[in-house]
Amino acid sequence: MMDVLYFAWVRERIGLPREKIETTAKTVAELVDELRAREDRYDLAFSDLTALRVAVDQTLTDFDASLDGVREVAFFPPMTGG
Amino acid sequence: MRISVQDAPFDLGKESTDFAQGHTDMGAIVTFTGVVRDLPDDPLKVMEIEHYPGMTESALRDMAQTAVARFSLGDVLVIHRYGPLYPGEMIMMVATAARHRKDAFDAAEFLMDYLKSRAPFWKREVTAKGADWVASKDEDEDALSRW
Repeated sequence: MMDVLYFAWVRERIGLPREKIETTAKTVAELVDELRAREDRYDLAFSDLTALRVAVDQTLTDFDASLDGVREVAFFPPMTGG
Repeated sequence: MRISVQDAPFDLGKESTDFAQGHTDMGAIVTFTGVVRDLPDDPLKVMEIEHYPGMTESALRDMAQTAVARFSLGDVLVIHRYGPLYPGEMIMMVATAARHRKDAFDAAEFLMDYLKSRAPFWKREVTAKGADWVASKDEDEDALSRW
């Protein structure tokens, strides 16, 4: 069981801030494929991965990152702090 | 080192004064403050800042620790707000203390460059025309390459 979090417009498109997901995905990219296959709103949110960033257990990483032992994955657009 | 992620306003004068005290070996203190800027053609009603509780604090702490090591800082302060903010309100501040001014200025710039595109904050501008997430800028990403 994994916590999947969404922020900013990713949250708006998917329609919820977080959910628990049962997955056998081995990488972030595989998880994205699983989510996209679920429903159109996920497919739309993940249609352009270059517009998205991912954090695994609260550390920025890449879409080919492993999910082995991971508890929390977050998807969001490029950050706009400062 | 102090990192604060908060919705409440902060007192720039008090924070700066408190930060400046107790550093007898530090000859330079630089502070930077970010302010909500109004939009000239489409007046801003509110800027909403979302963040990733937990990751935000750890990302800011990592950046601050890197800055301390790289610029030999005696101390560093980062305050960043979230929630609804109005034009003219202070969004965030950094303060750096170093022996000499170049390290203090450079460290403040370094922190600002990283904060812009590596700290998990997202800005949304609400105007009479509607609401839009602020897009990241290529120049903000490019700014990291100088470090």
